[in-house]
Amino acid sequence: METLPVIWFCIVAVMIAMYVVLDGFDLGAGIVHLGVARNEDERRMVLKSIGPVWDGNEVWLLAGGGALYFAFPALYASSFSGFYLPLMIVLWLLILRGISVEFRNHIHNRVWKPFWDVVFSFSSALLAIFFGAALGNVVRGVPLDASGDFFLPLWTNFQPGPQPGILDWYTILTGVFAFLTLTLHGALWVNLKTVGEIQKRAQAVARVAWMGVAALTVVVTIISFQIQPILATSFANLPFGYIFPALAIAGLAGMFVFMRNGAEDKAFYASCAYILGMLTSVVFGVFPNVLPANSDPALSLTIHNASAPAYGLRIGLMWFTPGILLAASYTIFLYRKFAGKVQLEAGGH
Amino acid sequence: MESALALHRFHFAFTITFHYIFVQLTLGLALLIFVLKTMALKTGDERYNHAARFWAKIFAINFALGVVTGIPMEFQFGTNWSRFSKAAGGVIGHTLGMEGLYSFFLESSFLGLFLFGEKILGRVGHWLTAGAVWLGSWLSAYLIVATNAWMQRPTGYTLGPNGEILLSDWWALVFNEWAFWQYLHTLAGSMVTGAFVMAGVGALYLLLKKQEEMGRLFVRFGVIAGLIAAVLAAFPTGDQQGMLVAKHQPATLAAMEGHFVTGERAPLAILGQPDVEQGRLDNPLLLPGVLSFITHKRWDAEVKGLDAFPREDWPDNIPLLYYAFHIMVGLGTIFIAVMALSAIQLWRGKLYTFKPLLWALLVMMPLPYVANTAGWMTTELGRQPWVIYGLMRTVEGTSPHVSSGNALFTLLGFMGIYSLLFMLAMFMIWREIEKGPAPEGESEAAPEAGY
Ligand code: HDD
Ligand code: HEM
Ligand code: HEM
Repeated sequence: METLPVIWFCIVAVMIAMYVVLDGFDLGAGIVHLGVARNEDERRMVLKSIGPVWDGNEVWLLAGGGALYFAFPALYASSFSGFYLPLMIVLWLLILRGISVEFRNHIHNRVWKPFWDVVFSFSSALLAIFFGAALGNVVRGVPLDASGDFFLPLWTNFQPGPQPGILDWYTILTGVFAFLTLTLHGALWVNLKTVGEIQKRAQAVARVAWMGVAALTVVVTIISFQIQPILATSFANLPFGYIFPALAIAGLAGMFVFMRNGAEDKAFYASCAYILGMLTSVVFGVFPNVLPANSDPALSLTIHNASAPAYGLRIGLMWFTPGILLAASYTIFLYRKFAGKVQLEAGGH
Repeated sequence: MESALALHRFHFAFTITFHYIFVQLTLGLALLIFVLKTMALKTGDERYNHAARFWAKIFAINFALGVVTGIPMEFQFGTNWSRFSKAAGGVIGHTLGMEGLYSFFLESSFLGLFLFGEKILGRVGHWLTAGAVWLGSWLSAYLIVATNAWMQRPTGYTLGPNGEILLSDWWALVFNEWAFWQYLHTLAGSMVTGAFVMAGVGALYLLLKKQEEMGRLFVRFGVIAGLIAAVLAAFPTGDQQGMLVAKHQPATLAAMEGHFVTGERAPLAILGQPDVEQGRLDNPLLLPGVLSFITHKRWDAEVKGLDAFPREDWPDNIPLLYYAFHIMVGLGTIFIAVMALSAIQLWRGKLYTFKPLLWALLVMMPLPYVANTAGWMTTELGRQPWVIYGLMRTVEGTSPHVSSGNALFTLLGFMGIYSLLFMLAMFMIWREIEKGPAPEGESEAAPEAGY
């Protein structure tokens, strides 16, 4: 097996996983925003906890997308055009969510602010569901044709059969699963960044969400193995792959323990570990496919038939390595500057 | 299929044009704010910091719009231009990927610090973050322009056995000569926008007789920056761009200039309407030999007209291309004149009370946006019928499975959301201008655009 496509596959997977972990907590904070933050000060606290970082978090998606674009152009072309409608909806939601965070605090009145609070919460929730459904689509596979193209309608008969839609019962389930996972992640973030009533409410949300996540982890895993037989084969072929689900289980257990002990930061990190573990398990499970075909396995896009030629991949590593180190160092610098509980200036806005 | 192609093109054109409205101001203001912060640091004069805080608020609103409209751009290569992406992704994915990694991270991380961190960072730290935002945005512009430049003049590739486009020389992609001049020219254009906006807001304050101290500062900065930028836009950057077009896209040049018939001592058309059916320019006002001189630096050089190229290689919307180009160049000339006059009055100490010029500066605020948009229309219409010049036709680049109905649906969706965005942005920027830069004392209690 050529190594360059494998390296790039891992890089893209890690970038996307970073995106889900980082933007995940601000999406999650958006989901719980209306529920846990009840008055103006509390709402400002939630927004202030993500204000300086959300754009940087979203850049992981863009940079991951950029890496995907040049390393696996055929995958980028096929999946983006095939998932045309849901992607466009995702873009609109990202737009609404971005401006709701940025615009809300410019005008102080009782119509403006609650309006953007609601937009913020709804767009965050829908994004979480769509991202989950997208992952579900990749696991289930799509009807690729011989030239590697497909086009999925939003829904057909809600069955994951030969002519599926973006939404069928399985992908709706993964959407709900993602929604709960990010709710938990966001609640743990709010728990980490705030004190007082709002923190108590976040903890309550986290406890309920944890139970839902734990239950769905089991259910969705079992169903996924039935829907996509490749998963079982992958783990059987390379047993070291079990470390990924093990990480997820450790994260899930860790959240439970740390939430009880009141270790706010560790509980949040455990949630990060859980998300990383789940995503890497999926990615490992479908490897070396990047987009399985649900009709004929021979038509699947794999890291080999979708990757760019070796010269580009090799030279890409040259600019990618220093670039990612720089990016990681800004990210760390930024988070350290804004570490600790959110402080609201008296009279500020 | 024909109408799907038209919709995909309009879809891209609409969303990118909208994105560019915001990013040109970002690019211009990023440098101007950095200069203001530098002056504050060097002179210790707090007025510069007030000015910088005021512009940072407008910058923040504008930047947010640039970000949310930029994200769709990144996706549209795949959604609407999948054949193009599959063929060229292995090449232009490099510059796009680098843009994400090297500039978006820099910009977005340091913008957060710049807007929210004035207190925690201290004077020098805050100045440095302003510099990082400036650097990040200018780097981002280079990498995206290099992407576009490769589509205008592909370099550093070889063709595979089945005609695949294979990257063979990364350096040639990143240091494309076309990218170099195109970059400097777009930056000059963005500086013109930033300068006109700053001068225009200053002129408004002076005419309204409020915030006059800041008004004078803005006018002074805007006029000096505007004069430099407007001159640079024409010479050397615009001139060099024109020479590159003449060299690498001769059919485009002929169409831009409305030059139908090949000949020596080619004239430059100042006015006239191209008549594509008859192959001539109606009501022309011509300067003999000037086109030859501009493009070849010789008065009697031969310049190929459209008749030298097969019809299927002509850009498909010659009238629009011709007008777009003439609008840009015409406005560019006017900008130089207005800024030069203002600079003379500034130097004589009369500008701040000279109403006609203040009015001119105020009402001209939208025109650099027109010039920049027209410039891009020239570039992008001029590239037709190719999506990658000489390599891939635009017809071959679209997503085969995305129907015209779906493309229309999402185009309408973008139009709706973007109209809303535009109104909100105008409303909020206008409120900031009305509030004005915070006077002494108040500024401490009201952190800029804070949460
Ligand atoms: C305020 C903005 C502005 C102003 C005053 C000018 N331009 Fe411009 N021009 C642009 C903004 C711009 C631009 C938007 O930045 C473009 C589009 C793409 C590009 O590279 O720059 C452009 C493109 C562009 C092109 C490339 C066309 C192509 O690629 O097919 C040429 C030849 C010129 N310009 C020439 C000029 C000349 C001779 C000017 C003299 C007055 C001038 N521009 C003023
Ligand atoms: C620098 C990055 C840019 C890239 C990579 C880029 C790329 C593209 C692509 C792929 C298309 C569709 C294919 C085609 O119709 O030829 C297109 C069309 C177009 N773009 Fe750009 N573009 C860029 C910048 C801009 C900007 C800033 C503007 C305007 C403000 C612009 C205006 C247009 C227009 C008007 C079209 C439609 C042309 C037509 O359909 O005839 N572009 N561009
Ligand atoms: C088709 C081409 C383009 C794509 C794919 C694209 C993509 C993007 C994206 C994804 C962002 C958001 C980054 C963030 O989240 O922080 C962005 C912002 C930006 N883009 Fe573009 N862009 C394009 C064209 C252009 C052009 C032609 C220019 C200028 C020459 C430009 C300059 C900028 C700048 C300066 C920003 C950051 C500032 C702001 O948001 O106002 N872009 N772009």
